[in-house]
Amino acid sequence: MMEHSTKDHAELALDFNKDEDRVDWHDETLWFIRQKRDKAAHQLPEWEALREAASQIKNNVLANLHDYLLQFERNAVANGIEVHWAADAAEHNQIVRRLLNEANVIRMVKSKSMLTEECGLNEYLANHGIEVIDSDLGERIVQLAEEPPSHIVLPCIHKKKEEIGEIFHQHLGIEAGISDPQFLTETARQHLREIFLTRRAALTGVNFAVAETGEFVVCTNEGNADMGAHLADIHIASMGIEKLIPEKKHLGVFLRLLTRSATGQPITTYSSHFKTPREGTKIHVILVDNGRTVQLGRKDFRNSLKCIRCAACMNTCPVYRRSGGHSYHTAVAGPIGSILAPNLDMEKYADLPFASTLCGSCSNVCPVKIDIHEQLYKWRQVLVKNGYTPKAKKAGMQVMTWTLSSPSLYHTAGKVGRWVIKYAPFAVNNKLNPWYKQRDMPASPEWSFSEWYKQNRQP
Amino acid sequence: MTSRESILAAVKANQPETVKLPDIDVFETKEKGSLEKFASVLQGVGGKVAYVSGYPEIARTILAQYGSDVRIVSPVKELKDLSDENLEDIASIHDLRNVEVAVLNAHFGVAENGAVWITENEMQHRVLPFVTQHLAVVINAAAIVPTMHHAYDLIGKSTYGFGTFIAGPSKTADIEQSLVIGAHGPRSMTVFIIGNDNQSGQGQV
Ligand code: SF4
Repeated sequence: MMEHSTKDHAELALDFNKDEDRVDWHDETLWFIRQKRDKAAHQLPEWEALREAASQIKNNVLANLHDYLLQFERNAVANGIEVHWAADAAEHNQIVRRLLNEANVIRMVKSKSMLTEECGLNEYLANHGIEVIDSDLGERIVQLAEEPPSHIVLPCIHKKKEEIGEIFHQHLGIEAGISDPQFLTETARQHLREIFLTRRAALTGVNFAVAETGEFVVCTNEGNADMGAHLADIHIASMGIEKLIPEKKHLGVFLRLLTRSATGQPITTYSSHFKTPREGTKIHVILVDNGRTVQLGRKDFRNSLKCIRCAACMNTCPVYRRSGGHSYHTAVAGPIGSILAPNLDMEKYADLPFASTLCGSCSNVCPVKIDIHEQLYKWRQVLVKNGYTPKAKKAGMQVMTWTLSSPSLYHTAGKVGRWVIKYAPFAVNNKLNPWYKQRDMPASPEWSFSEWYKQNRQP
Repeated sequence: MTSRESILAAVKANQPETVKLPDIDVFETKEKGSLEKFASVLQGVGGKVAYVSGYPEIARTILAQYGSDVRIVSPVKELKDLSDENLEDIASIHDLRNVEVAVLNAHFGVAENGAVWITENEMQHRVLPFVTQHLAVVINAAAIVPTMHHAYDLIGKSTYGFGTFIAGPSKTADIEQSLVIGAHGPRSMTVFIIGNDNQSGQGQV
């Protein structure tokens, strides 16, 4: 289902930019969420200390991951949970399929799990005759539209309510022309309730897994993970190996940061702690590597494994906001996705580290203090050194020469100017510049322009 | 080599030098949990708050609001009069599909985010607080902690098979960021607070 586009980020961004109103709406909506995050963060005087603590805890996790994995496994097994290990996406998918086959299940309900997007699970299971229904409202919408999610927290943020009404008209049988969010949500509620009540297997993601206790935590606002898991006989929880935290008390730090960073809420509606299976049922945890151990070995990039998937870096990113999640052609879009994806496939994702102005806003908001923009910059060097020259880089260079020789063009606030500025970290604070809401933007690092320019003007 | 062995070996080979865990006890200030703050944050996320004198008032309030024609269930023994249904006798959890109101005890509330902590023991069935159309939760006015750090201190080594923080009714903003209450779980959440001397007897929901 994931669209395997041969277009790169720049070309896909241009596609997205064809509809100017939508781009403006997308930009403003995400910026609004960024502002809600700021408000929530500013309410806690200890915010910066919390970020620092979260960062240090995650550093400790990466440094002791081997032992924490064993500890988690031991405790989870003692709790009655079955633990499985998957080296890559294919093995993960095979394990899920085997577990479902063993239980004679051909229909499963699934709550949000970016890992299963990364693994292409839905498509794989569909090819083997197993139906998967996504239960997060946004994910269900994009699933019906046969699109991948465009944002890790807000999967259908690129869609307008009229389009969603049309999708529900086609697939869920409502009248044509309805676009009231309340009505549409109620429609999905009725539709998915029936799914929850009839599926014997549920798959969820994992936000945090605690080595000390062998339990794991799943956070949602909708309650869909819980509805699925508690009504099913088999609960499969898929997690990347980096989701571990050492002790239960560390959840206090992460749950305080996660949703404030994501949407500005003080906490998600539900933060559910699964420790033992319900009587007569099974919980399976699948620990997935899929390139994570390789990233762990890359000194410059291992920090990306600290990510708690809050999406703050996307909401704040001037490029993401104006190019849309699909332009990243990978499961996790935005700045963090642009660091994670080249680890899996340098050639395929060589364009992504260039889809940034290196303004540093992402690093400034990241609750676990990942040096995102510095890693993007380092990836560029690695990619160029390894001979992966993205089309975007060349295009960016040409366009830059062209615009620099034409100041009026450079200042154009229209479509072309907007596209150009995506690749121009030198775009200074300027009223005419639609990318910069300067009062909230961190100062660009000193080196970014000269380094970037040097890097990009040489063929 | 199994995948387990190869993953563990790769992790061991690639993990960086160890670094110490930070001291997070510093976040556990001496302040007391503020009931006022809890109530206002909970209302801010769509929850309702009712100060009551005790369980009889909770039963009266719920009956007045929902009437006696709908299915009301509660594992709370002080609320036996509210429902003659024994939740232990349910043949299948799917029989809970048409519960209109569920009333549960919670351990405590968290002032900073309006969440209450409930474990499996208080739910009887894990799905109950999610499948019910309306959720009511009972806490003691004194059982409010200021932050999540204090919360985990209380949860500590307690045993539970399943436990959850719940902060307000289920909600979504997936359609154009418009907030809609009542996604897949309850359409409303009311927290009854017992033992707040200043405000009991004002059980409006
Ligand atoms: S990199 Fe940081 S800001 Fe971005 S999603 Fe991960 S935790 Fe959030």
